[in-house]
Amino acid sequence: MNIHEYQAKELFAKYGVPTPAGKVAENADEARAIASEIGGQVVIKAQVHAGGRGKGTFKNGFQGGVHLSADPDEVASLAEKMIGQTLVTHQTGEIGKVVNKVMVAQAVDIEKEYYLAILMDREGRCPVIVASEEGGVNIEEVAETNPEKILRSAIDPLAGLQENQVREISEGLGFQGDIATRFAGLLDALHELFLSCDCSMVEINPLVTTPDGQLLALDAKFGFDDNALYRQPEIAAMRDTSEEDPREVAASEYDLNYIGLDGNIACLVNGAGLAMATMDIIKYYGGEPANFLDVGGGATEEQVTNAFKIILADANVKGILVNIFGGIMDCNVIAQGIVAACKQVDLGIPLIVRLEGNNVEAGKETLSRSDVNLIAADDLADAAQKAVAAIAA
Amino acid sequence: MSILVQPDTKILIQGITGSFGGQHANLSIEYGTQVVAGVTPGKGGQVFAETVPVFNTVKEAVSETGATVSAVFVPPPFAADAILEAVDAGVELVVAITEGIPVMDMMRVAAKMQGSSTRLIGPNCPGIVTPGEGPQSSGGCRIGIAPGYIHKKGSVGVVSRSGTLTYEAVWQTTQLGLGQSTCIGIGGDPINGTSHLDILKLFNEDPETESIIMIGEIGGDAEEQAAAWAKEHCNKPIAAFIAGATAPPGRRMGHAGAIISGGKGTAEAKKEALVAAGIAVAQTPSEMGSTLAKLL
Repeated sequence: MNIHEYQAKELFAKYGVPTPAGKVAENADEARAIASEIGGQVVIKAQVHAGGRGKGTFKNGFQGGVHLSADPDEVASLAEKMIGQTLVTHQTGEIGKVVNKVMVAQAVDIEKEYYLAILMDREGRCPVIVASEEGGVNIEEVAETNPEKILRSAIDPLAGLQENQVREISEGLGFQGDIATRFAGLLDALHELFLSCDCSMVEINPLVTTPDGQLLALDAKFGFDDNALYRQPEIAAMRDTSEEDPREVAASEYDLNYIGLDGNIACLVNGAGLAMATMDIIKYYGGEPANFLDVGGGATEEQVTNAFKIILADANVKGILVNIFGGIMDCNVIAQGIVAACKQVDLGIPLIVRLEGNNVEAGKETLSRSDVNLIAADDLADAAQKAVAAIAA
Repeated sequence: MSILVQPDTKILIQGITGSFGGQHANLSIEYGTQVVAGVTPGKGGQVFAETVPVFNTVKEAVSETGATVSAVFVPPPFAADAILEAVDAGVELVVAITEGIPVMDMMRVAAKMQGSSTRLIGPNCPGIVTPGEGPQSSGGCRIGIAPGYIHKKGSVGVVSRSGTLTYEAVWQTTQLGLGQSTCIGIGGDPINGTSHLDILKLFNEDPETESIIMIGEIGGDAEEQAAAWAKEHCNKPIAAFIAGATAPPGRRMGHAGAIISGGKGTAEAKKEALVAAGIAVAQTPSEMGSTLAKLL
């Protein structure tokens, strides 16, 4: 799950990670009021789940999703040009993203930019601090070109963050005196936030020092563990479904594990590994998968029906491949779901079905007795080849 | 022999009174597995399926019944605690079926289990099957949620991060008449108890296992580590399949651990590492069995 920059800054404020003063605005008047309240130079930033906002272009022709101004009226007019408009950046694709909110924040003088993050390291099985004095740039590039400039320090899951670790990172970044004290407080707060919110990643890039001796988080990026959202109601409430693929939003309402892709052969599979492998085999035989869809081990007829509706709502889809290895799952439930779905929606495209496993004979019987027009396949390879051939025909 | 569990292994089930745990406890009993106890806090004294006593704690269940393996079917918010309870009770093996345990919880479980003599399989896994000699492989040891009837007692060791791909491999090797020694689902989570490498070592030592199918997927580097070890030390033929060649980067593909992050953990890199180690990589999931058969 992703969150907006303004939500990230709210979390920082709650846990005591210092950021420049700022608030989110939903219209020009609010933007003007915030700019007046802060006073002086402010930065106004479009709030979308995508990087590259500053260099992006709005579909109305307006250039840039990040602007500076010291005039509250100009801030209002900038907000007017962004809110409700679609911003295209190198990360959004041509379709772009609609800007519903802008963040207005104090513009700060930057002395030096740093990088600071805490990530869950799956190999090390613990959180790891990553820091660099090369901030404000792509950290992966720094890791490639100047690996000695990347500091890493693993945090023991049981003992927690140790003061000596904080000192080592602080010294590695060249902090001394007051700024080192501020850094220790900031890293402590960031670690507390990471653990308390079940983060998989929290990244500050850049972390900046200012000429007047402040240490501030200027931008933030979060990753959260989806498995833990049940105990993170505050984080879960930050979800903005308008930022997500509408097909994925619809699927999540029915507890279906769906990821939209760009191809034209849709698949409906039980099990995540088999769902990935089904996408792979479609590609192997020359097709392009339209989605990842795992209906899970205990899918109901209703879920299968809804899965079909979501698949068919995608205009790119020219054929459907159903691949079920029913271990415990009853193949007949899937068959009944297919028949029910085809009564409710006009199929109109080739449907290839491979059923194997528990109660498979009953499932095949259900399908053959219905008037659903489908192509039966013997195994997965046969199914993929038939799907690719069917949409080429 | 087989690895980790035998037909006479005594198992207990944590969460046996839940609908999911109960359903699979029944299937295991039908398969012929020695399900000797259930554990659900507050439900001690009940009897499951007219034969299996239910206890309040794992400790009681172990001391009363001699169970050496625990299967965890407890819901995600309580699963980490259930795993550690089984570890503290001294069982030899914990098989955590539960899907959706927070990563932070598993991080603490992994840290706490360091140096422990208990082995953890999973979480988010289909479990373990050592097929038996009866009809449709009954009479074996089935722990977890795999369909028993697709197995056949035989010589292939199967290890996988995915449930349904395990079933594909099992079904293919059953159809080919090879059968399986033991099948292990190690689970699809980023932090798990037992790795591909750990299982390869056990299969390599097991006289009944003559060949191995290893199934991996995008994310992490567990397959690469297993391959590097196998190249130097494994004396049995291995066929492999890696899922996720078409997965977009940065997206979690169903399994919490199936994610390409920062350009790492791609299917391509894994396949290269496997091929470099002399492992035969099946091009499609339909060819796992036949790829292995060609090596024999």
